[in-house]
Parts: sequence; C-alpha cells; structure tokens
Amino acid sequence: MSETLTENRKRQPRSPLSGVKFDDSAPLLEVENLQVEFHTRDGIAKAVQGVSFTLNAGETLGILGESGCGKSVTAQAIMGILDTPPAKVTGGQVRYRGVDLLQMDEKTRRHVRANKIAMIFQDALSSLNPVFTVGWQLGELYRQHAGASRKEARAKAVELLEMVGIPAARDRVNDFPHQFSGGMRQRVMIAMALALQPDIIIADEPTTALDVTVQAQVMALLADLQREMQLGLILITHDMGVVADVTDKICVMYAGHAVEQANVYEIYERPGHPYTKALLESIPRVDQKGEELTAIKGLPPALVNPPPGCSFHPRCAFARDRCKTDEPPLYQLPGNRESACHYWEEVLNS
Amino acid sequence: MSTSVTESALAGGSTDDDVVLEVRDVKKHFPLTQGIVFKRTIGHVKAVDGVSLTLRRGETLGVVGESGCGKSTLGRLLMGLERPTDGSIKVLGQEMAGLDNKGMRKMRRNIQIVLQDPYSSLDPRMTVGDIVGEPYEVHPDVVKPKERRKAVQDLLDVVGLNPDHINRYPHQFSGGQRQRIGIARALALKPKIIVADEPVSALDVSVQAQVVNLFERLQDEFGLSYVFIAHDLSVVRHISDRVMVMYLGKAVETGDEHEIYDGPTHPYTQALLSAVPVPDPRLRGQRDQIVLEGDVPSPANPPSGCRFRTRCWMAQDICATEEPMLVNRDGSAHPSACHFAAERDVVHAVDNPSVIEGTTSDNV
Repeated sequence: MSETLTENRKRQPRSPLSGVKFDDSAPLLEVENLQVEFHTRDGIAKAVQGVSFTLNAGETLGILGESGCGKSVTAQAIMGILDTPPAKVTGGQVRYRGVDLLQMDEKTRRHVRANKIAMIFQDALSSLNPVFTVGWQLGELYRQHAGASRKEARAKAVELLEMVGIPAARDRVNDFPHQFSGGMRQRVMIAMALALQPDIIIADEPTTALDVTVQAQVMALLADLQREMQLGLILITHDMGVVADVTDKICVMYAGHAVEQANVYEIYERPGHPYTKALLESIPRVDQKGEELTAIKGLPPALVNPPPGCSFHPRCAFARDRCKTDEPPLYQLPGNRESACHYWEEVLNS
Repeated sequence: MSTSVTESALAGGSTDDDVVLEVRDVKKHFPLTQGIVFKRTIGHVKAVDGVSLTLRRGETLGVVGESGCGKSTLGRLLMGLERPTDGSIKVLGQEMAGLDNKGMRKMRRNIQIVLQDPYSSLDPRMTVGDIVGEPYEVHPDVVKPKERRKAVQDLLDVVGLNPDHINRYPHQFSGGQRQRIGIARALALKPKIIVADEPVSALDVSVQAQVVNLFERLQDEFGLSYVFIAHDLSVVRHISDRVMVMYLGKAVETGDEHEIYDGPTHPYTQALLSAVPVPDPRLRGQRDQIVLEGDVPSPANPPSGCRFRTRCWMAQDICATEEPMLVNRDGSAHPSACHFAAERDVVHAVDNPSVIEGTTSDNV
C-alpha cells in the first residue's frame, strides 16, 4: 500500500508539509491553554477557556462532558474546522510534534488534517455525501492528497473497507451511504479517517447514535485498529461506560473548563472534582435500586453569562463562599492529577 | 398454545383486580406498497408481531430492545395511536378494538404518553399553560374552565417547575424542563397508566437522574403504572419491576428485573446486556463480553423459525425450522423464547468486590 503511494506522491507538486520541521521527540499532541469564543447575538460565549492536555502515541484520551461543555469545540479547534466567524480561537497553542498548528497557513494545515490528524464524526449519515458512492468518497482522499488515479483510488477504497470489516467490500464500494446500516456507515467513517495513515484520530461521539450491540462492535474495531497502528486517540463522549472501557486518561470538561484530569482508574475510584463525583453518582447502580438517584441539581450554565467564581458552584455540594468569587486554578494533585476545585482534598477524601 | 403459561408468568400469579392493562397477542403490520396510481401491497413490515403483556397497578414494566425492534410501535398501539392488525388490548378491563372516536377519547383518560423528544413534542407557538391545559379542552368535564389555570399551576408544581412560568414558551426551557412539561401534560387527566417512550434518552446524564427521580416520585404519589420504553438498560433496570426484551417485533424474554439482569437465558438478552459498557475501568477485559455480528434483519422479511438465529452463536438446525415460543423452559425460571435457554451471568454488580478481585468472569 505504501510503495505505490510514495510513487504517486512524486507526481504531485511538493507537499506543503515537507517544509515543516516536525520534532519526533516531542509529544504527539500538546494542547496548551486553548481558548475559543463564539460571537453570538446575545454576546460573547466563551466555549473553551484554557484547556490543556497532552496525548502520546498509542494513548487514548477521553474527553468527558455534557452537551454544551465545549468538548466538540475543542476537537474542532484542534482540527481547524471551526466556522470562523462566529467562532474565534483567541489564545493557546495546539502543537503537533512540537509545531503549533494554529500558526500554520491554511494550505499547510489542510495537509496536516488528512495526513496527521483525522476525525470521526458522530452522525455518519450527515457527514457522508449522499450523492456520491462510498467508494468515490474514500478514493477522493487518495486522489486529492496522494495523487492517485481513479482506478488506484478505487482499489484503495476496497482495501480500506475490508480493513474495517465490511463484508463483500468489492461490491459495496459502489453503494451510496443510505444503503449502509448505521454501524456500517460508522465503519466507513473510520475507514475514511484511517485512509492516509494519520497519527491521531479524534472521535467525536462515534457511537452515540448506535445501538449498544453495534456500539460494542464499533468500539472493538476502533480499539483494535488503534493498537495495531499505535494511534493517539481522542475519544469525546458523554457516556461514562464507554470511557471506562477504552481510555487511558480522562479530561472532564464543564462549561468550557477542563475541571479534572487524571488516569482513568483513579478518576473512577476517587474523583477529585465535585462535578466528576456527581456525574459518577448519577449513574443508576444496582445496589441503589429502589432508592432515589443522586441527581445534580440545577442546569449547566449558559456560556454567554457564566456564574462568577467557579462555574460549577451553583450546583456543587462542596461549594462555600469562596467559590462564588474566586475562580479556582488548576491544582496539581498527587499522582500527576489536576483538579479545578478549591476543596479538592475534601472531595478526594469524601 | 403458550398463552396460558405466559399469562400466569406475566401476571405473577396475582388476582386480576390489580390488572390495569392487558395485552394479548397484539400485532401491527404496516403494508409495503408499490405503484403510484394503483397501489399494490407487496408485503408487510411486521413491526409488532404477537406481543402479550400484563401491567398491574403501581407497577413499572420496562421494554428494552434495539432500534427497529418495535418497542415504540408497541407504545403507540397501547395509546391507541395505531390500530392493531390483530390481537386485543384491554385498558382497565375495557377492550380497545372496536371503539369509535368518542369511546377512544374517553379511554385515553386512563392512559397517557410521554414522548421521547422534548423539543419536537411541544408546540413552539403555545405557552406552557396552553400545552399542559390542552387535555382539558378535549375533556371539558374534568376541570371547570375557571379552575383550569389553577389546575395547570398545580401540575407544574407537581413536576417541579415554577408555577409562575405558566405563560412562558417551550423554547425558554431546557431539555429536562421540557420533559417535565411533557410529563405534566400526561398527568393532566389523572391517568392510571403512563406510556413513557424513551423519556430520558434525549437528556444529559446529570439531568437524566432528575427526571428518573421525578417518574418514581409521581408513581408513589399517584399510584401510576408505567410502561417504560427505553434502550438504556441501566435506567430500565433502575426503574422497572419487570422487564420485557424485544427483538424484531417479538418479546424474546420476560421476567422480574433481577431475573432478566442476573440470569438472562435468551442469547439476545445476554448479548445486549454484555454489550453495555460498565462505568468501572477495573472490570475492563474481565467481563464476558459477547459481540454480536451483523445487524438486525429487516422486519419486512424476518428469518424463518427463530428471528435471532442469523446472529446467534448457539443456533442449530431446529432454530431455522421451529419458532421458539415465549414459555418457561428447563433452563429458565422465567419465560424465554429460545430452544436452548440457559442462564448465563453476563452483568455484574459494579460494586460487587468479589467480581473485581476475581481473575475471570466466565461463569457460564
């Protein structure tokens, strides 16, 4: 697969990426103090406020949060696919192998997007073009980015479909997206993301629209491929179960802030932020049958006009007066963890 | 046939006085047509194909299954929103089939529905007061016109909304609050039964727990019976007394909540339960996970014999020829529609320390 592609690349003008010096000793992806704003009619909504994390090769990072907490916006900012305006990246860095992607020109970045970082979207049906066959859409990547001919591209598309376990791939390349079932469509999306052998995959709620049995299939496929290719995987989801099953570390987001970061085992055993703790407690559990669920009172705040101090304080069981005025910094906790709570020690020990 | 066995098992052997809803072998086949001017029926989508259930006062029946298994159609049949092709539905002892519009309207006072999507099930041009009070327009004798506003405010209070918000519009509320409006509307006529069709699946986790708690509180307060349709197995486990698992229009296994979750005997139930990710990383790789292959077959052309056989790892020749009935079997203490029904422990209690410390979990 790779030899023919290298030959084909020669036909193309020099790739814009060849001028960029990636440092292979630097971490795969470092996001530092990322800030994104949306200019809306009601004012400026700070969708992402200082999110930082590091992703290494072969590692899976879970970004956990409710709708509107900024997890998808973070992903789109890393990919550089935010609609600007209304969105605007106002600060921070997104370093891939030591190079800040936010400083790149669009032409170079476009090549990073396919060759280095790829994304899997939630809704496969609306992410695929309904008027082209699946084979054409998969082959397009090779035609655009590797200068492959139509015939070559088609052959590659068949290979890809086989890799993600679609039966009778040779015939199915000629099918249109609507002819695939939900799970198969999501496999096509995975194939598309893997086409140019990127180092990082960002999966934004990849299984939310699927049934549990199909979700198990897709997650198993994704985990296998990741292990095989040593990919860095960012899994964005609100499902505490999926995250527990596959990730190495977790970043919990609330109202645009990364409120807690820790290793997956530690976070489930001893959450260090009241929000994480409350989320874990709100899952129905067997031993609580017949009792009331521990619900989080109130609603997530509006991003245009967030509460002062800690944005979680109106819903927090640990909140004191200080939380209403002082915005908590990211405290470093023992065991290489981080929590944005003034009273993290109390939360850890509760 | 198997009906008598199923019946006694479903009713749990209690007297009939408590039964509020009785469904016998109900079917709904949607015709598939071809042609524009002269439509010919070329087949049927068998959305619901012979389902029986009994619901008693104050009880919650959970209905689970993947999308396309007919659980929502079943809910619509119970509400009389679809006319069944065959079978009988009795609400408080009264047969639904053959009722005219007037009779139907009267019957619906006893059974109400809460819909899945709190965004599209509320009219954006009506105020909350109009939405929740609309049942009183249809049934004017329930509450006098002068007292309606007060009645609506009481309902809003009951579901945990601010009664002063009666003049607001749906877009001014969040998803969880909208679902509360939907619940208030369903409660307006003081029904005995509420069919809840995926009432929490559109909500965020933190809000989901609030709405589940509300459902349980209302049940205690008003003695309601629920048919709780959902695909989230952990929510269903939390709220249900009994559970029915559906696959391709048929019930494949029914039983008490703990019978289904602790000792599932139908391979589909086992696969479904094992596919649910458990929110505990310590159980990673320790669970006995069954990954099913392929997709649900088309309900227009279901497989012969057992409908699950095309995806079943236990299928044998008999499964293709003989359809398994939903009855009590040797390997199963509760009704299971599998020739080879046998218990298998696939889900463990998250807080069961013996499981976490144990090295394997294949206690088949």
